[in-house]
Amino acid sequence: MAGLEFIGVRKTYPNGFRAIHGVDTSVADGAFIVIVGPSGCGKSTLLRMVAGLETVTEGEIRIGGRPVNALEPADRNIAMVFQNYALYPHMSVFDNMAYGLRNRRTPRDEIERRVADASRILQLDGMLDRRPSQLSGGQRQRVAMGRAIVREPEVFLFDEPLSNLDAKLRVQMRLEIKRLQRDLGTTSLYVTHDQVEAMTLADRLIVMNAGVAEQIGSPLDVYAEPATVFVAGFIGSPAMNFLAGTPVPDGPGVVLDGSAQALPFPLPSSAPRGKVTVGIRPEHLEPVSRDAATLELAVDLVEALGADSLVHGQLAGDGQGPAVTVRVDGALRVAAGETLPLALAPERVHFFDAGNGRRLV
Amino acid sequence: MVENRPWLTVLSHLVLSIGVLVTALPIWITFVASTHPVEVLMSGRTPLWPGDRFIENYTTVLGSGMEAAGSVPVGMMMWNSLVMALMIAIGKIAISIIAAYAIVYFRFPLRMTCFWIIFITLMLPVEVRILPTFGVVADLGMLNSYWGLSVPLIASATATFLFRQFFLTVPEELAEAARIDGAGPLKFFRDILLPLSRTNIAALFVILFIYGWNQYLWPLLVTTDESYYTIVMGIQRMVAVPDSEPVWHEIMATSMLAMLPPVLVVVFMQRLFVKGLIEQEK
Amino acid sequence: MLLVAPQIVITLVFFIWPASQALYQSVLLEDPFGLSRKLVWLDNFTGLFSDPIYLESFGRTIVFSVATTSLSLGIALLLAAMADRIIKGTTAYRTLVIWPYAVAPAVAGVLWFFMFNPSIGVLAYCLKAVGYDWNHYLDGTDAMVLIILAASWKQVSYNFLFFLAGLQAIPRSLIEAAAIDGAGPLKRFRTIVFPLLSPTTFFLLVVNIVYAFFDTFGIVHATTTGGPAQATTILVYKVFSDGFIGLDLGGSAAQSVVLMVVVIGLTVVQFRYIERKVAY
Repeated sequence: MAGLEFIGVRKTYPNGFRAIHGVDTSVADGAFIVIVGPSGCGKSTLLRMVAGLETVTEGEIRIGGRPVNALEPADRNIAMVFQNYALYPHMSVFDNMAYGLRNRRTPRDEIERRVADASRILQLDGMLDRRPSQLSGGQRQRVAMGRAIVREPEVFLFDEPLSNLDAKLRVQMRLEIKRLQRDLGTTSLYVTHDQVEAMTLADRLIVMNAGVAEQIGSPLDVYAEPATVFVAGFIGSPAMNFLAGTPVPDGPGVVLDGSAQALPFPLPSSAPRGKVTVGIRPEHLEPVSRDAATLELAVDLVEALGADSLVHGQLAGDGQGPAVTVRVDGALRVAAGETLPLALAPERVHFFDAGNGRRLV
Repeated sequence: MVENRPWLTVLSHLVLSIGVLVTALPIWITFVASTHPVEVLMSGRTPLWPGDRFIENYTTVLGSGMEAAGSVPVGMMMWNSLVMALMIAIGKIAISIIAAYAIVYFRFPLRMTCFWIIFITLMLPVEVRILPTFGVVADLGMLNSYWGLSVPLIASATATFLFRQFFLTVPEELAEAARIDGAGPLKFFRDILLPLSRTNIAALFVILFIYGWNQYLWPLLVTTDESYYTIVMGIQRMVAVPDSEPVWHEIMATSMLAMLPPVLVVVFMQRLFVKGLIEQEK
Repeated sequence: MLLVAPQIVITLVFFIWPASQALYQSVLLEDPFGLSRKLVWLDNFTGLFSDPIYLESFGRTIVFSVATTSLSLGIALLLAAMADRIIKGTTAYRTLVIWPYAVAPAVAGVLWFFMFNPSIGVLAYCLKAVGYDWNHYLDGTDAMVLIILAASWKQVSYNFLFFLAGLQAIPRSLIEAAAIDGAGPLKRFRTIVFPLLSPTTFFLLVVNIVYAFFDTFGIVHATTTGGPAQATTILVYKVFSDGFIGLDLGGSAAQSVVLMVVVIGLTVVQFRYIERKVAY
């Protein structure tokens, strides 16, 4: 087992495209790291650099303290689960799992023992003679994981392994992966664009955007204190509401543009003179009686999800106020056309610099 | 079909049956002619039903050949055809698959140049450059040999392209997974790519076997030694006998024998054959 | 690099080298015994195109290709459309129609040659019965019809296969939508099926022209040997007969070059079109 270190890692493609602008972080042995970001943000590139499938332009990647930049993928002691599983279609499940071990000249009885163990853990017993084409999506997924497990690598690499499964199976496999990783205690690097997967799986989250690691931290820290507008908008569902605001010239508080309403909260000390972006999560706005309200919402549309409802509307003001979504208890009856009074705790409000998008502290 | 119009279906079957009959007619006539003694054929009224000389005619042809055409036994010609067809088919597949593998999976200098050189051969059927090619083969002393018969026909852009297309459809992740599994380029080719190409190889083999068997002009040129005659060109020697009417019953028996192997291949390996042909369009 | 070597070597030795030889020889004037040669630049080509025999042969080749291509494509399309219509037996019909593909052009030629044999052939006999005196030994038109028939017969199977595959690839829902829109079977074929089939048709058109130009050498050589009186001397046969029998090396080489240009032209057309298909 081993930790994983990125030291000033950069990637520039021959055509001049800079995919990774410098990632610096280290991960403790046995941790589950999730890299999350929109497509094209460089998260897969980073993973493939760890795997050795892409070269590192600058910087160094270390596995267990050992620099691996110059090593072949097979010599890095890693195993990878691919998005489309990349199972060898002409080989049986057993051969798929055993192939890598055979290439390493592992003794036959050792191979059999490891495959048997893996297939027991993954509930693949009795399927070892089948071909991948005879398996369901979830079973193929398990075989792909089995192929990684039998190698007993120092690091597992997962490249969006659940994105080809249907929604229900995805939730189930997510749990299985989490449990498996906890039991095996192997350092894992997991790439996804799905923020729910990222939140649920990660010990440590790397949020990437346009080749830059915008924030690295535990999932709850990232949720509670997003470092940038991008992270704030990407993590959390439904997404955070962003409102443009102007600080009240003398005194605490922010006037929300496009509405007559103001938030009477003190701004962080580093706040600039100019515009700020105010971020409020839909779940942090609370319907209250009119006299306790901080803000008022002119309700436009209600999506009832059962357990809770999403209320969409505009902040009441002169004409078309800024759009806001609120998450309320499903039992609360709200209808379009009503006005919903809302309260907000001061510590739940996020302020960002409207210029560079950074969190104001 | 969409609406129920019985007469249209009947018409379809009728048209198809006529098509099948027209297709089969020449073969039937040939078969019938090959089972009659020569006098019956020469009487001017070709019979429409098989005669009683099936065994005799075929034994003569297979064993001793036709006197007027130099008595080359057809059995031997068939053997030559078989050798040539197999050499062409296997040779083409072998060199094409490795060339395609190199072009798809490796970056090497002059890669595109190689690609274009192979591409150009697609454009030049052997009939077009027949004379100079003959010159080259003669200079290399390859006339009257199996090598001379097959090697010049072996380079094939078509097969290379087919394999290239196929390799491009193999997901890249498979190659990456193999790399992580510690398989080098040769191992990847042998363990993954080759088994995956099995049906493509088989389909191509069917097509190329027929192509090889049916070669005509080339064997005609490079073989002057009777022991290297192939059956397809041998028939021409029988038809073009000087100063006498061709011995039709034996020619027809030979024609049947010349058609038999490739037709059997097509009929019994129809699925592969169709696949092999259709892939060429892509 | 090593892996492409065999392919490249064979290509160079047996394809590129001879082709450049042909190019080189096409600008030389050489006597049949190879004793003297002289650089004559484009004289061979101008000679070719001012030679009425060559031009006639060119014309005949075009007649032959057009006739063979349209005949075999037409019949194949008819049969394929019928086979696509019926529910049962498509595979059986397919098996029965496709096997002539396996017959060598030369053998196909011999079969038809035999059936039309003026003194003993079945078909010649039938024609005589309806009052037509068939003799491809003497009549150039008869000989031409003979090789067209033989060439088409063999090629129908290939075209049939592609048309059938093309027809079966057309989504059934489109046909059904057209039927709901009130189009009868014939109209559907004309307005929906045929346009959707056009990629296949175009592909086959090129393939068939190439076939008629080159692969039919065996048919001609095994039967009419270009006669009577040059009536069936198509270009590819002329290259051979001028070069090997007439020993006019420069002229033959020039003809080779002309044919190469034709092939390359056809291939370019085809690739242009494939590119367009990709975009579409």
